[in-house]
Formats: sequence, C-alpha cells, structure tokens
Amino acid sequence: MATATAEAAGPVVVPESRATRIVAILGKTPVYVTLVVLGLLWLVPTFGLLITSLILPGEVQSVGWWEALTDTSLLTIDNYREVLQNEAITSAIWTTLWISIGATILPIVVAALAGYAFAWLEFPARDWLFLGVVAMLVVPIQMALIPIFSLYNDVGIFDTILGLVLFHTAFGLPFAIFLLRSFFIGIPKDLIEAARIDGASELRIFARVILPLGLPAIASLAIFQFLWVWNDLLVALTFGRETQPITVAIFSQLRQFGANIELIAPAAFLSLAIPLVVFFAFQRYFVQGLLAGSVK
Amino acid sequence: MAQASTGAAAAAEPLPGAPPDAGGRPWGNYVVAAAFLAPAAALLIVWIVYPIVHTTYRSFFDRSGDEFVALDNYRTLFSDDTLVTAIKNNALWVLFVPAFVTAIGLVFAVLVEKVRFSVAFKTVVFMPMAISLFAAGVIWRVMYEQDPSRGAVNAGIGVVKDAVDPGGVLSTARPSTEALTGTPQGGLELTETVGVGEVTRLGLTGIPSSDVPADAADAVVPEPLAGGITGVVWRDFRPGGGEAGVVEDGELGLPGVTVELRDDSGSSVATASTAEDGTFAFEDVASGSYRVAIGEETFATSFAGISWLGPKLITPAIMIAYIWVWAGFAMVVIAAGLSAIPRDLLEAARTDGANEWQVFRRITVPLLAPVLTVVFITMIIYVLKVFDIVISIAPGSVQDNANVIALAMWRTSFGGVNDFGLGSAIAVFLFILVIPVLAVNIRRFRREV
Repeated sequence: MATATAEAAGPVVVPESRATRIVAILGKTPVYVTLVVLGLLWLVPTFGLLITSLILPGEVQSVGWWEALTDTSLLTIDNYREVLQNEAITSAIWTTLWISIGATILPIVVAALAGYAFAWLEFPARDWLFLGVVAMLVVPIQMALIPIFSLYNDVGIFDTILGLVLFHTAFGLPFAIFLLRSFFIGIPKDLIEAARIDGASELRIFARVILPLGLPAIASLAIFQFLWVWNDLLVALTFGRETQPITVAIFSQLRQFGANIELIAPAAFLSLAIPLVVFFAFQRYFVQGLLAGSVK
Repeated sequence: MAQASTGAAAAAEPLPGAPPDAGGRPWGNYVVAAAFLAPAAALLIVWIVYPIVHTTYRSFFDRSGDEFVALDNYRTLFSDDTLVTAIKNNALWVLFVPAFVTAIGLVFAVLVEKVRFSVAFKTVVFMPMAISLFAAGVIWRVMYEQDPSRGAVNAGIGVVKDAVDPGGVLSTARPSTEALTGTPQGGLELTETVGVGEVTRLGLTGIPSSDVPADAADAVVPEPLAGGITGVVWRDFRPGGGEAGVVEDGELGLPGVTVELRDDSGSSVATASTAEDGTFAFEDVASGSYRVAIGEETFATSFAGISWLGPKLITPAIMIAYIWVWAGFAMVVIAAGLSAIPRDLLEAARTDGANEWQVFRRITVPLLAPVLTVVFITMIIYVLKVFDIVISIAPGSVQDNANVIALAMWRTSFGGVNDFGLGSAIAVFLFILVIPVLAVNIRRFRREV
C-alpha cells in the first residue's frame, strides 16, 4: 500500500515540493502569529509579578510595572534583599522546604511498598482494597480537616512540621499507590519469578528489582508530590500557627495587599521560583507523571 | 496468575529457605503482604477513613458537638445567604470552567501540533501548572488592579477602548468664565438664557494641547443667524495669557463638540456639532428662551478601569485566572492523545478533499473523545474543590460574593465562625458532589483491569 501511494503521489508532488512548502508556511502564518500572541499572553501575568517585585518600594504604588520596561531607573534588587532579611519569610522558606522534603520521601516509600503488594503479592480482597484506594483519590481534603484538627490537638502535634508532613503523606498516598502500582505491574513477570526461584525474599525483590526498575515512575511521583506540598495553602493554613510555610506567610500579608505589595511580590516570586526550577529541570518526568495520572 | 505460581511451587518440594510464597504456607504469604501494606493502611485509615466517618457523624451535631440536631446543619447550608451564594458560585464554576479549559486545551493542542516551536509554546502555557494556585492568585491580583495605570488587564482594555471609542475629547476641560455652569455628568450649560438671533460664546480651559483635536483652526465668532442661534466653542487660552471669555487671536476652536439647545424644561430640542473653527449653528429655532449647553459626552472621562475585584465581577475574574493555570494541563494531555491518532487517517481524509475544519470536526474530535472526557472530568473534580485561588484573589470584603463550597467550609470551621457542626455538613456536601465523578472513575478503572 505504501508503494502504491508513493507511485501515485510521487510524480505530482516532487516538482511542486518547494512551492507547496512555501504555500504551507504561508498558510501557517496565521497559526504562528496566533500562537506567538497566545504565548505572550500566557507569559505576561508571571512576568508582571517579576517586574512588580523589582520596582522601587516608593514607586510600586503609583506606576504600572510595564513602565519599568522603558524606565529602568524604577528597578531595584533591594526588595529581594529586604525579603531575604525578613525573619518571617526566610524561616517560612525553610519550613516549606522541610515539609516538602519530608512529605515527598515518606509517601513514596510507603506507596512503593503498598504498590508492590498490590501489583505482585497475593492476598484476599486485593482488587477490592485497591478499588478503595482509587476511591480515596477524590476524597476532598475538607473531609479530614475537622477530625484531624481535633486529633492533632489531642496528640500534641498541632502546629508542627510532623503533623503537616503526615497529613500530606496520607493524602498523597492514593495517587502515589495508584501510579506506582500501574508502573510496577508493567515490570516483566519473569524477572520477579526468577528472583523468587533464586530464593530472594520479597523485601529483597522489592529493593533490588522493583525499586531500580521503577525509578522513572518514582521520579515523576517525587516531583509531583514535592510541588503539591510546596504549593499547598489549605493544609498549612489549618494545621499551622507558628509553623508557617511560605504560602501562609504571604497569605497573612494579603489583608493589606496594596500597602504590602513590595513585600508580597518578591516573596511570592521566590515562592514560585523553586517550583519553576524543579519544573524546568524535570519537565519530562512531570509531564509523564501527569499523563500517567490522568489518562491511565 | 495466582494459580500458576502456587501450582508450580507445589509441584516442586519446598526447599529450605525457599520464598515464603511456597504453596504450603499461604498465611506466610499474607503476612508478607500485610507487612508491605501496613504503613499505607495505617496512614489511610487514620487520616482518610476515620475522618470520613467522624466528619459525617459530626455533621449531625450542633456547634458545641453535644446536641444532636439531625439535619439542621444541612438546612442551614441551603438557607444561609453566604452558603447559598457559595453553592451557586460553585455551580457556575462547574458549568463554565471545565468546558472552557477543555476547549482551550483542545484548540492549543491542535494548533501547536502544526508548528515547529511547539515545545516552547507548550512550556510557556504549561508553566503556570508548576506554581501554586495561591501564587497564581497573587499574580492575578496584581494584574487586576483597577487603576488602568497600574493594573495590566485594565490598561490593556483601556488601550483597546481608546482606539475603538475614545473617551470625551475634553475630559479635563472646565469653563473659562462663570457664564458656564454645570457638572461633567450633566454637561456644561450657559447660565444666561438666549433667544433667536443671538450669538453665544462657550469658552473652555484646562485642555492640554495634546488633547486639542488636530484639525482645530483659529476660533471665530460667527455672525448672528436670522431665525437661529449661533455660537462658538473654543479653547479660551493662549500662551502668554489672554482675556477670559473673549475670542482672541491664536485661540483655537474646538471641533467635534456636541452642543445642545435646551428649552425651559431643560430637555434637549436640537443638537449641533462644532466646525473646525469651533462654530456651530441651530437653524429654524422657534422663538422663545433657550439655554445652550455642551453635552456630557464631551466631558466623558477616560476609561477608569473595570472593577475586577469588586463584588460583581470577582467570580469571573477568578475563573479567568484559574483557566490560565489549567489550560496547560488540558493542552498537554490532549496533545498526547492527539499524537496517538493514526496520521494515515487524517491524511486519507485530506486526500479525499476534507478541509481542515472537517478533519478536526469529524475525525480529530471524535477520536479524542475519551481524552477530552478525562480532562473534563478531572477539571470537574478540581473545580468542585477550588479554594486557594479564590481566597488569594478575592479581597476580604468580597469573599462573601466570591464564595465557593470549599472556601465556605474553611471559613465556617476555622475562619472565625468556628462552627464544626456546620463545617462538617459543608464538607459532607462537597464529598457527596464528587461521588458521581468517583463512580465514573471506578467504572473506567474496572474496565481497564
């Protein structure tokens, strides 16, 4: 069939190829223009925050950020210096980092164990239990806020990094288990059977076969979970008072948005710079994880 | 699979040190499985299963938690004004946002497939997904500043509006003498009444030279007109001074100004437009006394900015920001679906003479239907739970207007009201709303397994 098409199309297409290509490019000009405009439109808001964060404190109330593009004397780096000397903001950044790291590692370890069990171990009601995990994917966080608030107060881990990490871990688990199980189940059965026949314990198989082979999925998951926790507002707002991640620290300034913009803008930009770095560095894994989570 | 592995193991004699899944010891198997599952089970039970039960139970009790109130909290949920607003707003969110996000994602995915710099475009559009909805809220709060000299959205609209429908030419003008009175809202009016055959002078000052129409010519005082009223509207100012109320050399007429002739009752009986030298004339005027006025539109101020963060527009404003964030998600997922469509099919259709729209409508969209459904359903779930971006964009004073269910739950439980009974009921309501979506998800999942 391929040859038939080539024969039929060949004599017609070849002499015209340059012309058709030019026509094709010209025909695509509207598409190019549209996409460039849309791309700029999508960039403007974030770019606007960046420039706003760089405008002199005295001027930021009275000028539009785009004016700073032509009048660079409006710009200063001092806002960032100020923010980085602000005790509340810097400690919030560290808090965010600890919470994010803890609440990334813990759910991955726990979910990898469970994912392996769901993929390769036999036990009663396995599929039903897994269905239960899938069901938990959509449980709104709001369902847990009040009971966990009371529980944390009783146990004494309210307003602690531990409390926040455990909450994020639990709510990250359904997706993590779901993702890792679907990846682990794709690992060739022979590999696992062979290891079992060689007398390897399940824990050993998990550590030596599953984890190394599952690394791409784990990487995707780690990025997702890290960003998810880093970007959280709701959980930290509910279970923290003194333990403030960066989102909550900025949130507490929002009441006087206009007056505090010279603090809010650089702090907000710092808070999104780290996710952006993670995103650009690991974009491939990020997109893979996204596709696995939604299409599968 | 289970049969195969146990069968094989049973055939061989269990060896010392053999894996615990050797046929004779199924319980050993289960213990291993249980050990692998235990940490996850503990976390899920304490942080998700127990709270579901507790919150549901708690929603039937009053604020203190001591008194059983049956469905009272749910009654409040559907009668309290703020909560009803929250439910209505959330309905709007579900109605508009998933459809918009999916449609925009589809258009982007189809467009970007045709060009070379697709990666750059995808990265740019997808980038907002990496940042928090909270930070996105801060970003858009800067964008939505009402003053067009500070808020980029209004600045953009202002530029377009000025190009299409320029504001009043003389928005800064004021009378040069006390002969003219009035406010910019009602236009300026001559205090003295005029009769047929008279000539009027309407002098204005405070007009920057940049605002004077380019075709303006030196002002001229017109001749009286039999059976009519004439006059001049001019810029009663010349460099170096001049006398107020007198048309002098070097002073410019103001063309294009709408002049009204008003009768005793104040209603307009005729209008005229000024010429390049600022003159105007009303012909065939019945005898009587009139007032001459400059219409209010002349003084219409320039674009003051749309109040995006005000009570009326706050919800659409937040939706736009939310769509900005999620369009990239839809685009990437749909683009992945698109790349899985066999090229031959599209080419065959094109060869058969289908145009691009027909290919899109009849082949691409139907083949993408499953992916579009996934995006749409995912968006419904997220939109039902929308919280961060609402609380960060909506200023405190309009949060009642911008309210959504998740925000109402938080504000009721932790934001000052601290009513755990009602808060629990709102949470349960939210949970009930996502259950149908959950059912769809499970059915899809079971089909795959």
